[in-house]
Amino acid sequence: MLAVDPEPRSNRIRQMASAFPEEVLEHVFSFVTSDKDRNAVSLVCKGWYRIERFCRRRIFVGNCYAVSPAIVTRRFPELRAVELKGKPHFADFNLVPYDWGGGVWPWISAMAEAYPQLEELRLKRMVVTDESLELLSRAFGNFRVLVMVSCEGFSTSGLAAVAANCRNLRVLDLQENYVEDQSGYWLSHFPESCTSLEVLNLACLEGEVNSSVLERLVARCPNLRTLRLNQAVPLEKLANILRRAPQLVDLGTGAFAADPRQELYSKLANVFEGSKSLKSLSGFWSVVPSYLPAIYSVCAGLTSLNLSYATIQSVELVNLISQCHNLQRLLVLDYIEDSGLDAVAASCKDLQELRVFPSDPYGVEQLVSLTERGLVAVSAGCTKLHSVLYFCRQMTNAALLAVAANRPNLIRFRLCIIEPRTPDYLTQQSLDVGFGAIVKSCQDLRRLSVSGLLTDLVFEYIGAHAKKLEMLSVAFAGESDLGLHHLLSGCKSLRKLEIRDCPFGNKALLANAAKFETMRSLWMSSCAVSFGACKLLAQKMPRLNVEVIDEVGRPDSLPESSVEKLYVYRTVAGPRSDMPDFVCTL
Amino acid sequence: MDVAVRYETDLNIKATELRLGLPGTYSSEAQMVPATKCKKRVLADIVDERRSKSNSMEDDDEEAKPATKAQIVGWPPIRSYRKNSFQARKMDVEGAGIFVKVSMDGAPYLRKIDLKAYKGYGELLKALGDMFKCFTIGELSEKGYSGSDMFISSCRRMRVMKGSEARGLGSGL
Repeated sequence: MLAVDPEPRSNRIRQMASAFPEEVLEHVFSFVTSDKDRNAVSLVCKGWYRIERFCRRRIFVGNCYAVSPAIVTRRFPELRAVELKGKPHFADFNLVPYDWGGGVWPWISAMAEAYPQLEELRLKRMVVTDESLELLSRAFGNFRVLVMVSCEGFSTSGLAAVAANCRNLRVLDLQENYVEDQSGYWLSHFPESCTSLEVLNLACLEGEVNSSVLERLVARCPNLRTLRLNQAVPLEKLANILRRAPQLVDLGTGAFAADPRQELYSKLANVFEGSKSLKSLSGFWSVVPSYLPAIYSVCAGLTSLNLSYATIQSVELVNLISQCHNLQRLLVLDYIEDSGLDAVAASCKDLQELRVFPSDPYGVEQLVSLTERGLVAVSAGCTKLHSVLYFCRQMTNAALLAVAANRPNLIRFRLCIIEPRTPDYLTQQSLDVGFGAIVKSCQDLRRLSVSGLLTDLVFEYIGAHAKKLEMLSVAFAGESDLGLHHLLSGCKSLRKLEIRDCPFGNKALLANAAKFETMRSLWMSSCAVSFGACKLLAQKMPRLNVEVIDEVGRPDSLPESSVEKLYVYRTVAGPRSDMPDFVCTL
Repeated sequence: MDVAVRYETDLNIKATELRLGLPGTYSSEAQMVPATKCKKRVLADIVDERRSKSNSMEDDDEEAKPATKAQIVGWPPIRSYRKNSFQARKMDVEGAGIFVKVSMDGAPYLRKIDLKAYKGYGELLKALGDMFKCFTIGELSEKGYSGSDMFISSCRRMRVMKGSEARGLGSGL
């Protein structure tokens, strides 16, 4: 990749560029940290490309199949930190078959040879085996940071290897992974000499962990700032553990439930009073409300509070949240109700991010009074609010218009009206106008999820106005190919588009084939795309992988037959070699 | 032929069929996950679905059940991790108490309360008042209340009625 430019101006630039010795340029580049900027630097000229690739230390690969381990290790010989993402986002909702792919083994085995100095690995939605973790633990002598989000395929044996062999481990951050629990004693594999832990997040583990082992580990790691326990750690043990780490900034409790006992309550209240640095709280499975006042002393300092597993009523939630005047991030169940959100709007003036999850997502009746009113209230009262994830059962255009008018600074807006194709309940109309107002008003919107009754019109609005939109999720919406065409021909910044159960088909796909090289990926399932069109797209665009996923049988080769799931992504690595037989790349 | 038969029943065939109808009448049927295609967590989804359906049947055995909806795969978009752990806990919570549905005339939503959580009728009334606080609850008749145990064991559902309707009802809720 080199910039060839016949203009005399560029000759001058090249002369200037080569006027500096390499060491100086390397030093300058070391201040350039963002991936985008680094990539730009490497495009200036051949010399800069060469220098930059030797001094690049961190890399982010948003789609592990967009590039191969061999290409990465060849171009960047000195990496210290690698971040990889595997399965498409809809895998979170069981839409991607179990064996689809995303295995990390080829990466770890390539890096074991190429990067013995590797220090950090961050993985999201990848399949990680115990073998991979064992290799990792042995291959990288200075390994420090392991973050795994929404991964699967490993057990506590793999974790034991990491604990035992990574002498300088600072971060073990396990977020929402499926971990097979074989033994709670894996934690004992951290040697007595391990004192370097800064982050230990075990929240996703289901099994019991030995409390005294945990306590001793916590006690000997003076730099521990994040500790997230799992549900199995009983409330009785929390105080002892927390007492060993008064410097904690981020705590995830275990279960927050026990029979009401004064001495346990006092013990807890006492230890929380001593935790002067706590800024973030989470956990709170099985809450017994009478224990909540034990944490009141830390409320004023909290910036992040995750109560999204706490099945307690609005009144109790409000008693707690209304004391958190510095809260920036709140995750909560819809038990909070509109009245609770009124209280949030009044008390949490610094709120930036709100996520409201459904307590009864599959129920038919509305059991909690959480409606569009709560959303509007928070949008009005919290002027710094920029990220919203909101599950509810009813919505109006008027409410969306109000949100758009109140909060033009929204960056992420994800609204899920639980029943598909629900109209504005006051007017019975579609919600096109409401979402249109959002994209017109919120000029910096980067992520959007739409729901409710929507025609092609909403996509016309989005295509025309959502200039900075990078990720869009669409379900049960639209009327014709025109909807998809609006999106693909507009939305200048679109990187990820995921669609399910929409009547979008071949015409829009083929008319906008070139768009997909400017995007990371497209997912379409239960739409109206034919096998023949996919084949045509693949022929037109050789630098895309067009994957057809069909679990009913082998992907059929009849051109008119409809494709169950389609995943299109740009790649420089060609078709992948690890596909199961229900996936084929055309 | 086997393959042809499968395509006939495959819902995707609808996407390519010619139809007369208004634009926008595309309908996608809910997909049930067949047992043969199950992988680890998908199987857990079905088990949870069956468990939650059986729970709701216990609550509703004294009245016509609402039509049970087929669950749509992957909808609403909640991470499996959150859904699985929440459903398990919901059952723990509900197992510990006696939950009944409470409806109030004029209120757009039902509520569930745990009868075990209240030590007496007075506390229960207060809780109901808090729950429906945007509506004024006048004096509730205490007639017919003959001891908490009997009440709790026989109560299945509660309805808060307007005073005018309650006149003449005598001894029962």
